[in-house]
Amino acid sequence: MASLTHKDLLGIAQLTADDIQLILDTAEALKQVADRPVKKVPTLRGKTVINLFFEASTRTRSSFELAEKRLSADILNFSASTSSVSKGESLLDTARNLEAMSPDIIVIRHASAGAPHLLARECRSSIINAGDGMHEHPTQALLDALTIRSFKGRINGLKIAITGDIAHSRVARSDTILFSKMGAEVWACGPPTLIPWDFQKLGAKITGHIEEALDAADVVMMLRLQLERQHEAFVPSMREYYNFYGLTRERMRLAKKDTIVMHPGPMNRGVEIDSDVADAPFSVILNQVANGVATRMAVLYLLSGNAGLKPRKHS
Amino acid sequence: MQLILRQGRVVDPTQKLNQIADVGIDDGRILEIAPKIRKSGRKEIDARGLIVAPGFIDMHTHLREPGHEDAETIESGTNAAARGGFTAVACMPNTSPVNDSEAVTSFILERAREVAKIAVYPVGAITKGSQGETLAEIGEMRRSGIVAISDDGRPVQNSQIMRRAMEYSGLFNIPIIDHCEDRNLAADGVMHEGYYSTLLGLRGINPAAEETHVVRDTILARYSSGRLHIAHLSTKFSLEAVKRAKKEKISVTCEVTPHHLLLTDAQVTSYDTNMKMNPPLRSQEDVDALVEGMVSGFIDVIATDHAPHNINDKMLEFDRAPFGIVGLETAVGLILDRFVRTGVLGIERMVEMFSTNPARILGLERGTIAKGAVADITVLDPDRQWVVNSADFASRSRNTPFEGYRLRGAPAMTIVKGRVVWGA
Repeated sequence: MASLTHKDLLGIAQLTADDIQLILDTAEALKQVADRPVKKVPTLRGKTVINLFFEASTRTRSSFELAEKRLSADILNFSASTSSVSKGESLLDTARNLEAMSPDIIVIRHASAGAPHLLARECRSSIINAGDGMHEHPTQALLDALTIRSFKGRINGLKIAITGDIAHSRVARSDTILFSKMGAEVWACGPPTLIPWDFQKLGAKITGHIEEALDAADVVMMLRLQLERQHEAFVPSMREYYNFYGLTRERMRLAKKDTIVMHPGPMNRGVEIDSDVADAPFSVILNQVANGVATRMAVLYLLSGNAGLKPRKHS
Repeated sequence: MQLILRQGRVVDPTQKLNQIADVGIDDGRILEIAPKIRKSGRKEIDARGLIVAPGFIDMHTHLREPGHEDAETIESGTNAAARGGFTAVACMPNTSPVNDSEAVTSFILERAREVAKIAVYPVGAITKGSQGETLAEIGEMRRSGIVAISDDGRPVQNSQIMRRAMEYSGLFNIPIIDHCEDRNLAADGVMHEGYYSTLLGLRGINPAAEETHVVRDTILARYSSGRLHIAHLSTKFSLEAVKRAKKEKISVTCEVTPHHLLLTDAQVTSYDTNMKMNPPLRSQEDVDALVEGMVSGFIDVIATDHAPHNINDKMLEFDRAPFGIVGLETAVGLILDRFVRTGVLGIERMVEMFSTNPARILGLERGTIAKGAVADITVLDPDRQWVVNSADFASRSRNTPFEGYRLRGAPAMTIVKGRVVWGA
């Protein structure tokens, strides 16, 4: 059986194009589980997965949970509000306590970049990053890639325009790194206050003009303004932002005829995307959600094959 | 004679000395330096193969006492300093309470008299509580023994107050040491803003946060009688600004830390919180400029910015961990190994930056081993090979980014007023 050579999935940056291909192919094969009358396979029977969510999440958390259930894993759910974290326990102590329960995989979402790395250093379990601060959200990028591949047949050579709050978006980082590794032409678009200059070095072309980003684009990915991460004013107003960067039917004409529109959610209709675009036939936003489950099943399966093979020393 | 150091290489820039000689000490003072001292000493040390220099002074140390004794105390911090080859430290006022009064200054000096084997020179706050609003009682603190003022860690944002402080401190002829940082620009950044902050998804500190205040301060210094000293200068542009001010004869000096000379923001990729300090690790271009500034003499001082933190405080998510690393027990070895041994830096320049210049800037009767001077001496072993192991530190804290470094060159002996207070 094929498996990843990694103990953990901390980010797309650590994956090779072959790793990505393997995950996508596996996800493709696992998609059909959802079409069965009994939507369950015994792949992870007897394995324990802990979902450790320090940040609010609906989509990602339920997607992981469903993926784990469909693979027959035993699941433990921890969230910041119900665990001892709210009593002041440090992440490290939480991790060590969980580790003592011998889980095979820990899925973590955390507001601090690098929190999964801290866990990976201290735990023998495989760590899956379900979003860390403004750093990475690797399973989101993988499900985006799966979605693009299923509609376009490939990623290589496509023009993919990512528009919005690039600076605060872990999805923008993971997507850009993944798409450029797979040979796409990635454009990152938004007001200059929301695109770090060095984003170019991650493999994206950057522009402040949405027209340039949309021009003959095969894929249009919209990101929301992350108001909760913005402690200062980056744009004068929502209205002005919409005027310059909102995805409207009219602007869509600039893209290719067979373009698809994506959004990692949650959407702010009327800010970065118009309803008639979000709900249009070329919008694949709900396909992304469906592909999320298959992608997470693939990642869980591939890492479980390797869990514990390379135990790391506690430091 | 109390003590004779035999046949070491005596390096003292104040006397333009760099030669093998005997150093004779009596009554805590230098009695004689000669190729061969005929008399014998009550104690004699064979210093062949070693370097004998005026005592090293770390002008930027956080001793944490009073208030944060879990991280460091005056006793543990000065022991760490002695073990690192320092005969004196200047300790920053951001304790709890802040050293903004005669009472706190006196407490520190009294504690030091009780427990410290080396000299402790307190730095007083610029403003009350380092709140940046009203001047602290600088004159009274000076009378009690401060050697400089600084709101290190909570730099003065209001330019008018900074200007007044510069003018006022001129009266006492003590330097005003500024941790240059525009806190609006730095915002809640946790590392240098650049490629790596983008890659790692960590909030960046734009170098402009430091640079605007370096420039601001040099302009203010132009209009005042005070002496400005820029703490832990870390960017190429900051150095350019200081160079320019110096060329215009503005009274400004500056220091650099070993970590800013040796590490870059690329080291943060592991999210190791021992790579988190303020100012943050910068780009390779900045590092190259600082090394050049150190060699050419535009940088006056190497200081550690020794900032101990309890391991529980440091073992957190990167953005939640406090800024700062320890440095007293690695600084001398790092500079000897990475710059002197490799031929980048002459030993005379090293002694100047660790001893002569800090003494001059702080107005201390130290930094020289001329006849009659107080016998504070740092002895170095340029050939000793060792590995940085934080478990051996005398400091109470272990937060070093240099763990496991293999170094050649180390402090060998620390002598204060003619007494050997530490020896390898």
